[in-house]
Amino acid sequence: MDELRELYQQVILDHNKNPRNYHEMGNATSKVDGYNPLCGDHYTVFLNVDGDVIKDVSFTGNGCAISKASASVMSATVKGKTRDEAEQLFGTFHRLVTGEGSGLSTADLGRLAAFSGVSEFPARVKCATLAWHTLRSALAGEQKEVISTE
Amino acid sequence: MSRVVQRVAEAFDVHAVRDDFPILRRQIRGKPLVYLDNAATTQKPQQVIDRIVRYYTQENSNVHRGVHYLSEVATLAYENVRTTVKRFINARDVKEIVFTRGTTEAINLFAQTYGRANVKEGDEILVTAIEHHSNIVPWQLLCEEKSAKLVVAPVNDAGEVILDEFAKLLNERTRIVGFGHASNALGTINPIKEMIALAHDAGAVVIVDGAQGVPHTVIDVQDLDADFYAFSGHKVYGPTGIGVLYGKEALLDAMPPWQGGGDMILSVSFEKTTYNALPYKFEAGTPNIEGVVGLGAALDYVASIGIEHIAAHEQELLAYATHRLLEIEGLRIIGTAAHKASVISFTLAGVHPHDIGTILDQEGIAIRTGHHCAQPIMMRFNIPATGRASFGMYNTLEEADVLVDGLRKVIEVFR
Repeated sequence: MDELRELYQQVILDHNKNPRNYHEMGNATSKVDGYNPLCGDHYTVFLNVDGDVIKDVSFTGNGCAISKASASVMSATVKGKTRDEAEQLFGTFHRLVTGEGSGLSTADLGRLAAFSGVSEFPARVKCATLAWHTLRSALAGEQKEVISTE
Repeated sequence: MSRVVQRVAEAFDVHAVRDDFPILRRQIRGKPLVYLDNAATTQKPQQVIDRIVRYYTQENSNVHRGVHYLSEVATLAYENVRTTVKRFINARDVKEIVFTRGTTEAINLFAQTYGRANVKEGDEILVTAIEHHSNIVPWQLLCEEKSAKLVVAPVNDAGEVILDEFAKLLNERTRIVGFGHASNALGTINPIKEMIALAHDAGAVVIVDGAQGVPHTVIDVQDLDADFYAFSGHKVYGPTGIGVLYGKEALLDAMPPWQGGGDMILSVSFEKTTYNALPYKFEAGTPNIEGVVGLGAALDYVASIGIEHIAAHEQELLAYATHRLLEIEGLRIIGTAAHKASVISFTLAGVHPHDIGTILDQEGIAIRTGHHCAQPIMMRFNIPATGRASFGMYNTLEEADVLVDGLRKVIEVFR
């Protein structure tokens, strides 16, 4: 059960049950759909970007606990950040979930640390990164595009 | 239990069967493997593994080509399996057995040859709402090319095709009717003999996707009057990459070839090529010989156990596991047809199937999670995915208990 508890940390279970920023956005400047066809996960990420700053992030959709909690934490983490900061956070998150996060400090990670258990479950990395890939696609200006992690 | 079923059950020794499957002895994450993903692929008995090893250590050669000894041995082994398959599904002639990569390729072969030659603008192709993507997408490709229409027969809340609706959708424009023998996603066994007769009354040609039929029930293509019947070796304890398209000789004969190449020709010149006779017309290139001999060993193995014994055992597993799973609060079984193969699709309140799969995996339990390559039926039930436990001949009642215990752990994690 230990590895499972490490994967399904309380933060993840909480964000899964009560996802933050879980709604559509009327004044979105971009909106991108992300799919993981392997498990049927599907999220829509809404952004309101003003110049270089991500003023607002929200998402809708459904999927497993890991993907939904990741989308929720992602939305809370990148809100108010610049494009560059968001990209750095993605890099940090990606290293963490793919098992290359040994050099990362608690300060680097912040609330992303809850996803440290994912690296023990390679099949779940795509779940954890789906919302982040969707975010990057939205930031790249691929409006109303569809991206996939499969 | 009727007297006949009881006698059959007594003649079947699941522990003896398990001894034939070496992979069942291994541990997964320190726990005994509980393999409940048989609708995705089945494990292979030692007899199949040994047969493939023997082919490569004693018989390997190309088929239908050489005059040397090994080529004769390999050709004989390859062609003997055609006879095994013919007998297994009670085809009239070995010419009616075409080897393919699997069910998917068999359906595509049929769609691209019979379909392209016979479907015209405004024609209709009828399928059902519980089809696997492999019995949907080939028709969409064909319909797009020919400006034909794909029509879908609905299912009821139990996941059964509504026969009256199916019959109503058949008309003089219906050229092809395709449906699964059994649903991989829900387990529903279709009344295919009746459906074939209805389709024939409308003048349509029928292809049955038998991927989930062959492992669970006796197949008699002549009694069914199936025009075409497709299945995969790996779902019936044989190797991957090999399957069969059965077709009535007259229909196969009238079909244009599909892939061109070696083996499918009689003579080739730049002016004119003459195609080979059935079934070789549809087997271009060096075939999957190891797959064919492995398939032959698998069908021989299944026949030695007795498909009726396997069916009775699987029905007992299905009934027991269904009963035990329904003890779990919040568990809902999707697909409650009166006639089911040993497939149980389910959802658990508040837990996504993918999370169920990961947690069960920690207990050594292999199930499938997702949409099972049947997204339209998931939409029909308004769910993105299910967990699916599918039972094979070597599963035990105790393994159903392990599954139930595993699901209780899932609930514990998510409480």
